[in-house]
Amino acid sequence: MNAPVTGPNKSGWKPHMEVADATGELITTTGNRALMLEEPLIFEIGKAETTGVDLPEIDEAAPNRMGGFDREEPIGLVGLTEPETVRHYTRLSRQNYGIDLGFFPLGSCTMKHNPRLNEKMARLPGFADIHPLAPQSSVQGALEVIDELATWLKTLTGMPAVAMSPKAGAHGELCGILAIRAAHTAKGNPREVVLVPESAHGTNPATAAFAGYKVDNIPATPEGRVDVDALIERLGPDVAAVMITNPNTCGLFEKDFRTIADAVHDVGGYVYCDGANFNAIVGHVRPGDLGVDAMHINLHKTFSTPHGGGGPGSGPVVFSEALAPFAPLPYVEKDASGDFRIVEEETTDAEHQTFGRMTAFHGQMGMFTRALTYMLSHGADGLKQVAEDAVLNANYILRSLEDILHAPFADSGPCMHEALFGDKDFGGGLSTLDLAKGLIDEGYHPMTVYFPLVVHGAMLVEPTETESKASIDQFITAFRHVTQRALDGDEALKQAPYFAPRRRLDETAAARKPKLAWSEPEA
Amino acid sequence: MRYLPLTDTDREDMLAKCGATSIDDLFVDVPEVARLDGPIRDLPMHASEMAVERHMKALAKKNLAAETTPFFLGAGAYRHHIPASVDTVISRGEFLTAYTPYQPEIAQGTLQMLFEFQTQVARLYGCAVANASLYDGSTACWEAVAMATRVTKRKRAVLSGALHPHYAQVVKTMAQFTGDEIADAHPAIQPEADLSGLIARIDDETACVVVQYPDILGRPSDLTQIADAAHEKGALLVVVNTEPVALGALKSPGEMGADIVVGEGQALGVGLQFGGPYLGLFAVRDPKHVRQMPGRLCGETVDAEGKRGFVLTLSTREQHIRREKATSNICTNSGLCALAFTTHMTLLGEKGLRQLAAENHRRACLAADRLEKVPGVSLLNNAFFNEFTVMLDGKPAREIVRDLADRGVLGGVSLGRLYPGVEALEHALLVAITETTTEEDIEILANELEAALNLEPAQ
Repeated sequence: MNAPVTGPNKSGWKPHMEVADATGELITTTGNRALMLEEPLIFEIGKAETTGVDLPEIDEAAPNRMGGFDREEPIGLVGLTEPETVRHYTRLSRQNYGIDLGFFPLGSCTMKHNPRLNEKMARLPGFADIHPLAPQSSVQGALEVIDELATWLKTLTGMPAVAMSPKAGAHGELCGILAIRAAHTAKGNPREVVLVPESAHGTNPATAAFAGYKVDNIPATPEGRVDVDALIERLGPDVAAVMITNPNTCGLFEKDFRTIADAVHDVGGYVYCDGANFNAIVGHVRPGDLGVDAMHINLHKTFSTPHGGGGPGSGPVVFSEALAPFAPLPYVEKDASGDFRIVEEETTDAEHQTFGRMTAFHGQMGMFTRALTYMLSHGADGLKQVAEDAVLNANYILRSLEDILHAPFADSGPCMHEALFGDKDFGGGLSTLDLAKGLIDEGYHPMTVYFPLVVHGAMLVEPTETESKASIDQFITAFRHVTQRALDGDEALKQAPYFAPRRRLDETAAARKPKLAWSEPEA
Repeated sequence: MRYLPLTDTDREDMLAKCGATSIDDLFVDVPEVARLDGPIRDLPMHASEMAVERHMKALAKKNLAAETTPFFLGAGAYRHHIPASVDTVISRGEFLTAYTPYQPEIAQGTLQMLFEFQTQVARLYGCAVANASLYDGSTACWEAVAMATRVTKRKRAVLSGALHPHYAQVVKTMAQFTGDEIADAHPAIQPEADLSGLIARIDDETACVVVQYPDILGRPSDLTQIADAAHEKGALLVVVNTEPVALGALKSPGEMGADIVVGEGQALGVGLQFGGPYLGLFAVRDPKHVRQMPGRLCGETVDAEGKRGFVLTLSTREQHIRREKATSNICTNSGLCALAFTTHMTLLGEKGLRQLAAENHRRACLAADRLEKVPGVSLLNNAFFNEFTVMLDGKPAREIVRDLADRGVLGGVSLGRLYPGVEALEHALLVAITETTTEEDIEILANELEAALNLEPAQ
C-alpha cells in the first residue's frame, strides 16, 4: 500500500534553525556545513604544473613541422590530479538537483527517469567509438539503429518520413520551417507570414523569424485553446504555416486541430506541430491523422534521453508526403540488397529537393541509441501506458490543488500531461517566484514558472509517469502548504530558499556588470 | 513495466479523485476518429532489460569500433584517449539528470562547471568571453556568421576554400533563408593555404571572413595577415577550429587577431559517437561584442548572504524573452558534453594539454615520414599539427579507403567523399594521428596503402 505521507515540519517555519553568532549568521571555519561542502573554482585550487594525465615529457629537440606557428604564451589553464578532479566535480554535483534525487515537475520539459540501460547501451564501443565519416560498410549497425529508430518515430506519429539530423527541439523546429519554406519556394512563392499562438514556446516565433517570416500571434480562448475563429479569419495566401503545440502549453489538447489543419491546407499553407508535449499522447493518437505536415520530437523528453544540465537534446522531425522531398541531408536509406547507405550528396530529382545540411554529421547518435533502447524496453504497449500514467498523474495533481490554487482552465476538461496554475489571490505582495523558492526548501525542484505567458504568474506542473503515487501525494501536501503560506502573505517566503546551497542570487547585478570568466585577483 | 511505479490500485484511486471512471475519460478531448484502439500496430511489445540488451549488442557488433583497428580518421572528429574519471563525472546523476539551471540556488554544480568551462574555452581560444556551448562546431560556425552580420550590419560572408565543407554547407543552407550572401570556394590542392586569394575576396561589403585553423587539409596558416586585411575593410575575422588539442601547441586564434573563434570541442572528453552529440564552442575576443553573442552565458554574482554564486545571465538576448527578436532560436546548449570537455581539460591542465599536443605532433611527424616512403604516396602539407593530406597515385582515395576498410584498416577520410564530383581532390586522403595511434598502426597503414595502391597500377 501507499507509503505514509510526511507533513510540513511540526515545529513550524524557522528561517534560521540553529545557533548563530552575533551577526545572526551560522558560522563554521571552513564555510562548510557537514555534507554541504563549499568548493572553490578550479583556477583557485589548480596549478599550471599539475596534471592528472600521465604523458611523455616534451622533447624540445623533436621534429617540428608546425610551420612556425608555435604557441609562445601560456594558455592560462590549470590542472588537477585525478583524486582532486573527482572530488571537485563530486562536490559540485552535490549542489545540483536532478531527477535521480527527487521530484522534478518542470512543465513542458518532461523530466522523467532516465533508464540506466540506455546509458550502458550508448557506451558500447560499437556505438560510442565509431567515426561519422567511417566507410559505410564498417558502420552498418549504426545506420540500422538510425533506420530502426526512424521506423519507430514514423509509426508512432503516422508520418511517412523523418529527418534525423536536428540536434535539439529548436533545431528541429528550424528544420520543419525551412522545409516548409523550401516547399513554398518550389511552388514559386515562399509566402510571408507564420501564425503562432500567443501561448507558444519562445522558440516558435524565434524560429519563424529566423527563416525570414513575419510572425503573427493568434489569441487564445478563455478556455485555454487556440481561438479557431480568429485563426481561420487570419488565413490567406500570405500565410506559409501555422505552428501549434499539441497538447498545448496550457496543458490542453487542441480539440479542433483537424479543423485548423484542413483550413490551413485549404489556403495552401502547412501545419507545423511543436511536439514538445508528445509524451501525453504517444500511442493514443498519431499526429499524422490530425493533418500535421511537420513535427519535431524531443528525444530528451518523450524518449527519456538525459537532459544533462541543459543538453544535449535531439530533435528528429517527422514529415508529411508534401514536405518529405525537402528534408535535410544527410539521411539513411536501405538499398535493394538490404544494405544501409548514407545519402549525403544533393540530387536534382523531384523526390529529393533537399533544403540542405543543418549539421556537420548525422545527428545525435548517442541519443538515438538511448531512445531506441527506451522504445524497445517499453514496446507499443508500454508507451501507451506511459502517456496514460503521465496524464493521470497530472490530472490527479490538478484536482488535488484546484480548490486552493487558481487553476484557470480547470473547467476546460481534463488536462493532458501537465497542470497549469496561476498566482491569483497571493497575499503580501508574494509571487509565483516566492512559491517556487518555497518549494525548493521543501526538497523539490519547482515547476516551470511564468510560462505560458497567457496566465498571470503561471505555474506549469508536469509530473511525468515515472513518479509513484506516494511521491506525488507528498508533493501535493508540500505544494498545498507553501500555497497556503503564499495566500496568507507569509513574509518569510520572500527570502526563500533558506536551505539550498545558495540563497537567492542577484541576477540583476550579474547582468549589469557581467563577469563571464574567471580572472586572476589583483595583487 | 519496470519504469512505471503506479499500481492498478493507485490508478483506480487516482481516477476516482479525477471524477473519471476510466482512463478514456481523460482523453475525451482527443477526437474519437483519431484515437487509437489498443497498442499501436507494427511495433513490438515491451521487453526485458536482458532482451533489449541482446538486441542492441547485436547491432553494435555490426560496427567496426575504432579501438579494435588501426584508425586514422579525422576531418572534424578526433579520437583521443578519454581518462576514466571523465565518464565517472558525467555519469553522476546530479549532472546527468538535471535540467537547464533555471533555479540557480539548486543548480550551482552545473553553473560553476559552466563558468569554469567558459574560462577554459576563452583562454584556449585567446578570447575574452566564451559562451556555455552550442550544438556542435558546424552550427557554431553558422552562428558566428550570423553574429558578424548583426555586428557589421553587412550581409556578405567570405568562406575560405579550406573550411570544412560540411560547415560551409551548413552556413550556405542557413544563409538561403536569411538572405545573406555566402562566397564559397573549394580548397586549392597546394602545400600552403592560398591566403592572398582569400584576402582578394574581401571587400567593403564583407561582414566576415571565415577561416579554419588548422584547415581542412591540416595546414596551419598565418591568421594575422587575414585579420589585418579583414579589419582594414571593416570586416570581422571568424576562425574555426575543429581540433582543440592543436591549440595546446599552436598560437591561439585570438592572439592572431580573430574576432570570433568557434569550434568543435568533441576531441576533449566527448568521444566519436558517430557524429553526435558534440560540443559547439563559441568565443569573442572583444568583450564589447558579448551582447551580440548567441546561446547561454553563465555569469558570477552573489546571493542574498553575499556568497559567490553563478547564474545564467544576459538572457534578454534569448528566445524565451525576446521571442522573434532573439539573437538565435537556440534553447539548449550541450551541457553534458561541456562537462566532459571541462573535466578532461581540468585533468590535463596547462602542462597536460601541452604534452598531449606535443605527443600528437610527434606521432604525426613519424607517420608523415613513414607514409612518404610508400611508393605512390606524397605528402601535400608544408606544415601540419596532427592531421595532413597525402596524394595517392592511381586509384581515387575514396576507393582506397574502402579497400583498406575491407582489410580492417580505417585509413583516413578521402576528400572525394567530402567534395563529391570535384575531380582535383579525388586523389587526396586526409590522415589524422593522435596519441592513440601506435607505431605499429602506422606501419600497418603504410603497408596496406602500398598493397592497395599496387592492386591496380596507375594508368
